[in-house]
Amino acid sequence: MIKSIFSQILNKPVLSSVNIRILKRLWQLRLGILGALLITSLVITALFTPWIAPSDPYTQDITQRLLPPSWMQNGSSDHFLGTDHLGRDILSRIMYGTRISLIVGLSAVVLQLTIGVGLGVLAGYYRGRVDSIISFAVDTMLSFPYILLALTLVAVLGASLQNIIIVLGITGWPVYTRVTRIETIKLNEYEFIFAAHSLAYSSWRIITRHILPNMLPTLLVLSTVEVARCIIRESLLSFLGLGIQPPTPSWGIMLAEGRDYMLMQWWLAAFPGMAIFIAALGINLLGDAIRDLTDPHLRKD
Amino acid sequence: MISFIIRRIFQAIAICVVISAISFFMLFLNTDPALMLLPPETEMADIATFKNQMGLDRPVLIQYKDFLSRVVFHGDFGQSFVYQTPAFQLIMERFPATLQLALAAIIFINLIAIPVGVISAVKRGSLIDNIATFFALMGQAMPLYWLGIMLIIIFGVWLRWLPISGNESIFHLILPAITLGSWILPINMRLIRSGMLDVLNQDYIRTARAKGLPEWRVLSKHAFRNAVIPLVTVTGMQISVLLGGAVVTETIFAWPGMGQLALDSIYVGDYPVVQALVVVFAFFIVAGNLAADIVAGFIDPRIRIN
Repeated sequence: MIKSIFSQILNKPVLSSVNIRILKRLWQLRLGILGALLITSLVITALFTPWIAPSDPYTQDITQRLLPPSWMQNGSSDHFLGTDHLGRDILSRIMYGTRISLIVGLSAVVLQLTIGVGLGVLAGYYRGRVDSIISFAVDTMLSFPYILLALTLVAVLGASLQNIIIVLGITGWPVYTRVTRIETIKLNEYEFIFAAHSLAYSSWRIITRHILPNMLPTLLVLSTVEVARCIIRESLLSFLGLGIQPPTPSWGIMLAEGRDYMLMQWWLAAFPGMAIFIAALGINLLGDAIRDLTDPHLRKD
Repeated sequence: MISFIIRRIFQAIAICVVISAISFFMLFLNTDPALMLLPPETEMADIATFKNQMGLDRPVLIQYKDFLSRVVFHGDFGQSFVYQTPAFQLIMERFPATLQLALAAIIFINLIAIPVGVISAVKRGSLIDNIATFFALMGQAMPLYWLGIMLIIIFGVWLRWLPISGNESIFHLILPAITLGSWILPINMRLIRSGMLDVLNQDYIRTARAKGLPEWRVLSKHAFRNAVIPLVTVTGMQISVLLGGAVVTETIFAWPGMGQLALDSIYVGDYPVVQALVVVFAFFIVAGNLAADIVAGFIDPRIRIN
């Protein structure tokens, strides 16, 4: 039987009209696919780092310090991207950094979602005074000098992984509130919500069963982009010394350490920054593609 | 229109008051503010005297009322205990450098964003359009502090074309301005491009072409003028991005502006200066948003109704 299926497939012309359509669609989505590939490889790296990293990210070796990448003169084949000022393997540190970045990005976004979506739905569903207060809070937060706020909060609370996540979470929610508020107001005008109201469903049930599920695509796009933002912001805080603390392999810390050696040993700063760039690029591309797929009206141009 | 402006001004003032409150209460989050406001080596007895002098032993809300009235009526944010000068004066000394940097960045952004955006829209799908889109995608993912460091490595260290720190000459301004502007450049470029694309589909463009106007006149007089409107309002709103970026850019390039002062003050815990900077930055951001809203309200009557 299997043989007959195969022969059926093989007898078909390879580029039927359906196939051409699929290929065209894939070509349109090429950037999104590239983004998905980049993100997948980052997630895989994060998950399997302990087994695939060439060496330990903390092991120092003064005799091997400031080695250039392996393809350069004096480079060592043990250290593909070279070593830093303490002789630690840069590639391994970047790979372990993936974990830190993803942990911070994902946890901060969960916190942002909880606060932001909660407030946004309240504002859009109840309108009136609740809406005015929440909208004012959003306007205020968006007028805050963001970096100063985050830096001061970290300085006051103390720099640690947990506090970075908290600070990114409690400063990043207004975007979600804005979007969910408008979505809720729009959804409230549909017949199915009206029907739910006339069936005397509780507000809780209407919000959780009817409003929130309909916002999922929008929230998905927003969250993917925000993960990228949080990763960049974490590395920025760490770069400025008010984020995750050394010797933890955070990309921002590596960049800050590399800055001291940028005049001679450029690879210390170049590669961790490239990691941040690739992560942010992948997430942006993926976010754009998800938006195009879920809502063609929002497509760029 | 007048009522719209007045409403927005009141809202802006309210936002500034709330932000000053947050910047004030932030110090109470973790520890005794006296400990954060005084140098760490202060004796216990001195701390008590200081608290009494500054009124820090009184109820928090009364303290905030005093803080607010000092700020509003005297522009007094307290003394910096690093420089021993009024915090506000310190900020105003650093203000020109940041203004210079921000203006240079805005000029750089628009010198590139406007022509490239217009060309991408007019020659949609062309090689230039594709290259511009590619760079816009790259630019949006580029962390600006990394870009700053790479510019230093390439143009300062390898090629030795440009100075990499300080603010002695106009050449010192180039790399920081590019770094600061690179974050906004792709956004404005896309804005101009999509604005032009929208406008080029309008009936009055077809009419202008039908009259036999030369193409450059159609583009410059009819299309570009309308496409550039969103850019005017967006620039007002981008002040917050520019100020935030200034903190990083000034640190990397040792540019002696408000951003560098901010980070230095946070490092050493010079909280009167930090508080003052938060309020001053917020003031600029709110004023920028307000200006953007009012300009937009003048241009587009639909916004006024809100």
